[in-house]
Amino acid sequence: MSSVTVLQGAGFDGAIEIRDAGLLGMITLRGDLASPTLNAAVKTATGTAPPEMGQIVHADAQSCAWMSPDELMIFAPYAQADEITAQITGDLADHHALAVNVSDARAVFDLSGNAIRDVLSKGTPVDLSPDALGLNVVRRTRLGQVAVAFWFTSETTARLVCFRSVGAYMLTWLSTAADPAAQVDYH
Amino acid sequence: MSTRLPQGGRLIDRKSALEFNWNGTRLMGYAGDTLASALLANNQTLIGRSFKYHRPRGILASGPEEPNALVGLGQGASFEPNQRTTTTELFTDLSATSQNAWPSVHFDIMGFNRILSRVFPAGFYYKTFLFPRFAWKHLFEPVIRRAAGLGAAPKTPDADRYEYFYATVDMLIIGGGIAGLAAALRAGRAGARVLLLEQTAHWGGRAPVDGAEINGAAAQDWINTTLAELDGMPNVTLKNRTMGAGVYDHGWATGYERLTDHAPKAAGPRHRLWRIRAKRIISATGAVERPLSFAGNDIPGVMLASAVRDYLINYATSCGDRLVLATNNDDGYRTALAQHAAGLTVAAVIDARASAAGDLPQQVRALGIPVHTGRAIAAAKGNKYLKAVTICAQAGEGAVLETIPCDVLAMSGGWSPIVHLWSHCGGKLHWDATQAMFRPDPMRPPLGADGTGFVHVAGSANGHLDAASVLKDGFDIGTLATKEAGFKAGPALKDMATSTPEHPIEPIWQMPQGMGPKKQMKTFLDYQNDVKVSDVRLAAREGYESVEHTKRYTTLGMATDQGKLSNINGLAILADSLNAEIPDVGTTTFRPPYHPISMGSIAGDARGELFKPVRQSPIHNWIADNGGFFEPVADWRRPYCYQRTDESVSEAVTREILNTRKNIGLLDASTLGKIIVKGPDAGRFMDMMYTNMMSTLKVGKCRYGLMCTENGFLSDDGVVARLDSDTFLCHTTSGGSDRIHAWMEEWLQTEWWDWQVYTANVTEQYAQIAVVGPKARHLLEKLGGMDVSGENLPFMGFLDGEIGGIKARAFRISFSGELSYEIAVPASDGQAFWDMCIEAGAEFGLQPYGTECLHVMRAEKGFIMIGDETDGTVIPQDLGLSWAISKKKEDFLGKRAQLRPHMQDPDRWRLVGLRPVNDGEIIPDGAYAVDGTIRENGVKNMIGRVTSTYYSPTLGHGIAMGLVQNGPERMGEQIDFPTLDGKMIRATICDPVFYDPEGALQNV
Repeated sequence: MSSVTVLQGAGFDGAIEIRDAGLLGMITLRGDLASPTLNAAVKTATGTAPPEMGQIVHADAQSCAWMSPDELMIFAPYAQADEITAQITGDLADHHALAVNVSDARAVFDLSGNAIRDVLSKGTPVDLSPDALGLNVVRRTRLGQVAVAFWFTSETTARLVCFRSVGAYMLTWLSTAADPAAQVDYH
Repeated sequence: MSTRLPQGGRLIDRKSALEFNWNGTRLMGYAGDTLASALLANNQTLIGRSFKYHRPRGILASGPEEPNALVGLGQGASFEPNQRTTTTELFTDLSATSQNAWPSVHFDIMGFNRILSRVFPAGFYYKTFLFPRFAWKHLFEPVIRRAAGLGAAPKTPDADRYEYFYATVDMLIIGGGIAGLAAALRAGRAGARVLLLEQTAHWGGRAPVDGAEINGAAAQDWINTTLAELDGMPNVTLKNRTMGAGVYDHGWATGYERLTDHAPKAAGPRHRLWRIRAKRIISATGAVERPLSFAGNDIPGVMLASAVRDYLINYATSCGDRLVLATNNDDGYRTALAQHAAGLTVAAVIDARASAAGDLPQQVRALGIPVHTGRAIAAAKGNKYLKAVTICAQAGEGAVLETIPCDVLAMSGGWSPIVHLWSHCGGKLHWDATQAMFRPDPMRPPLGADGTGFVHVAGSANGHLDAASVLKDGFDIGTLATKEAGFKAGPALKDMATSTPEHPIEPIWQMPQGMGPKKQMKTFLDYQNDVKVSDVRLAAREGYESVEHTKRYTTLGMATDQGKLSNINGLAILADSLNAEIPDVGTTTFRPPYHPISMGSIAGDARGELFKPVRQSPIHNWIADNGGFFEPVADWRRPYCYQRTDESVSEAVTREILNTRKNIGLLDASTLGKIIVKGPDAGRFMDMMYTNMMSTLKVGKCRYGLMCTENGFLSDDGVVARLDSDTFLCHTTSGGSDRIHAWMEEWLQTEWWDWQVYTANVTEQYAQIAVVGPKARHLLEKLGGMDVSGENLPFMGFLDGEIGGIKARAFRISFSGELSYEIAVPASDGQAFWDMCIEAGAEFGLQPYGTECLHVMRAEKGFIMIGDETDGTVIPQDLGLSWAISKKKEDFLGKRAQLRPHMQDPDRWRLVGLRPVNDGEIIPDGAYAVDGTIRENGVKNMIGRVTSTYYSPTLGHGIAMGLVQNGPERMGEQIDFPTLDGKMIRATICDPVFYDPEGALQNV
């Protein structure tokens, strides 16, 4: 397959490990999140009901993240994104909703290590203490100078998403912040 | 003579000797020294020359309040000017030089300024404005500018790196003295998230130096125990070498951590700027000692009493063998006791008060040291070094009673609480007449979002000067803030501090009280800016009543120390001159940062590669590897052209144009904005956003559209495709994708919230690659997978399908006038598709082309470019685009504005083509057309301007577009464009479409 991520496997090992998460299916779904039809369509697509505000839920290979009061992001295997988009669009044909495949518009990083919260704290004003930002809370914010979303999947692993065009910037920024000689030991 | 003492020094490690460079000389100090203490230990008392008069200056203080002893630190890419010797920790091979002195600090040519001090009075700089112009240009600017100033600016880029760190806490405590530690203990035990900052490397503040006891033992014991406990709390973070720099709205504060200043070879960032959000902030920043104002109080050897004792006790450094103490309070006597305890001489104590009966003066007298009350320093004597002081009555005009030889004069004018952090965000002060100090008024704190005060002040900063009150205040304020942050404070702490009780201060603002003009001219208030008592009194006589105006006029309290030592003394003199009370004159505004912080820490990591995010298209790396000559387009980098090794940039552009018009060109158009608009009301919404009728666009078709602001001005343009009955895909300009998406959402969320429309910005989902030129179809047919014939995919149509095995949407649109397809493929497949085109296109003569080729080709076709033909004042009607403005629609954004008389004025400058009469000429970009008449104001009358101008290799002559008054009505007329080099280019007004006006080439 000729499809490539913007990072093309690039990563960095420092205060944390930074990895290219690889090709990932992503579908933006806008609609009335209270609608039973929409909830049913999401359940069919992902195997789980949409998450509560600010959360991400996982079911097998799929995940569903709350992005805003009228927007979800569905994560799925890359090859299935078109199919899922079509399925949701079909299920919601009589409803006002928008499902669109945005799998190729993002760069996705997998972070691991004990210092993730410290590294991210060098660039985002979010309170990253475990009490304030628990596991599977999706935080849309900025990191360095670009828009990102991230969530912790365990105390030592997190996933971070930004726009594809700034993927190279984000990798440089993360690698700089993860300089082993610049650890803060705060969180 | 200053020197190192054989024993003692609580902060130095005598086992670790360090060599350093001072003005080219190798000197020796110890680990734990500051540069100031190491210099004093080497008898270096002359450090630099003063700002204006080039007077010799030495070390005055022992902390961040130091106004004089600033040096140039480091070399080359690590050089920094104006670094304080008193806050610079010594390290091996530290290199420092004197400032504002040439050729050397000992023999300084500009010292003649001192003799001229009579002609540099207050407001001198402003007064020069009143002189004749020639004097300003030929005398004041060159001469005074050269003579005045502090350190030199660095000449090379900073070698170090910097970073930010964001922290959210319940309580930020600034200051690691006993008050700050006490507050931290209170909050930490209660479970609050605490961040405690201390600007120096050491905890405990002044308590160990000043001999305070806690729970009957040396204060240091309690400090150590407390630190150990705090260190063990997971909810408490201790940061030394970190200064609380500023307090801002809503509990926001900054901290300035100096990570490697003391160890410059260490890896990692040099400074870290903490950006802190706190529920409550406690400022436990201590107090600063005030100088006394007497003639010659700036001579090296005259020092703050507290500094003399710091150097003795902390660094085992004697500031002089023979000390005279001048004071107006009991605390100063501690310095006499310390000097005596070190085995050095105290020649006399000069106490301005009528009596000195407190415990500390009695202890001094008991040692046999003469204490003279009611006396003042008439003058300090010496030039580069203090030699003696003359003594007079404080009450008189300064008749000398006695001369006392000495080499150090310790002065104490009382203490001022460091209220900066309290005041940064609006905390108010009140004047405590008993203690002669401004202190925080707890009834008027800086208010947070909830209307309550979010800053508290504890310890000396709160006006408590004795150790017992300081510690108690630390606990009390800590308790209060803990509760306010939402925690239960727990059982009270019973630790008690004791220190020798003191009798009251007597405020002394000048010495002697009746000093005459001559003495006033030698009595310095602001050392850093060379402002004297005479200057402030002159300002008052000249009508300056506001302390803020006086600050600017005299420069009192300006520059790198912002008057930490001078402000209170200066405003007391101003109040006296104005016959006003001190609190009625008030202080100047306290602004962050408390103490200068590095520019690097403010920039953080935003430098070099990380200065600003550059957006990269999916083809970016290929472009960079294949001769791409990048130019910024919004936040993107796009290739201006693909330059080959044997050609110039302009040759490359010409080659690309000719090849595209003859064979095939390949353009990376991925940066174009792409926004999906979907919903039952999408057509209605599109009709409002665009000037055209978009709701009638047929599914599968494209239409060029214009967007205006509500003021009618052209804002963006692009091709709209109708994907299905309720879905549109809007293309925007490369710079417009985020802006137009936000613009759509703003209307949907604020005005038309009940319309059923969703938008999604899918700009980065696609790589969009334009295949352009007469052989374009051959290439796509070769790649295969989609019928791209004129019948199946006509001009202004689009098709979904696959090309060369890659999922693709092909648009038949043209910005060049040639047969042209724009192929959108998933961004992840963009490079693969591009590679396929390059390879398969070789046989058709395919070459990639850049943005300049795109620009020239569109100009040959008379297509406008947002940002060239538009500048925010141009309406579509100006550009001959009335055909794209629907007459049938009831409304669209900008419609009403376009009906206003000025927009309908027939004299508006409108778009025409311009062809230079001489084929070899090209009109400069931005040139104005003139009609030969002169306006009332004497300038040439302008009747138009050039908006785009190029050499057209296709046509072999210069072409231009421009906005010209009544232009479309003046076809065939010639108008003149003066150029900057005084020539005139004549051009013929013509149709802006220079090439293929019938549009036959693109429609095949």
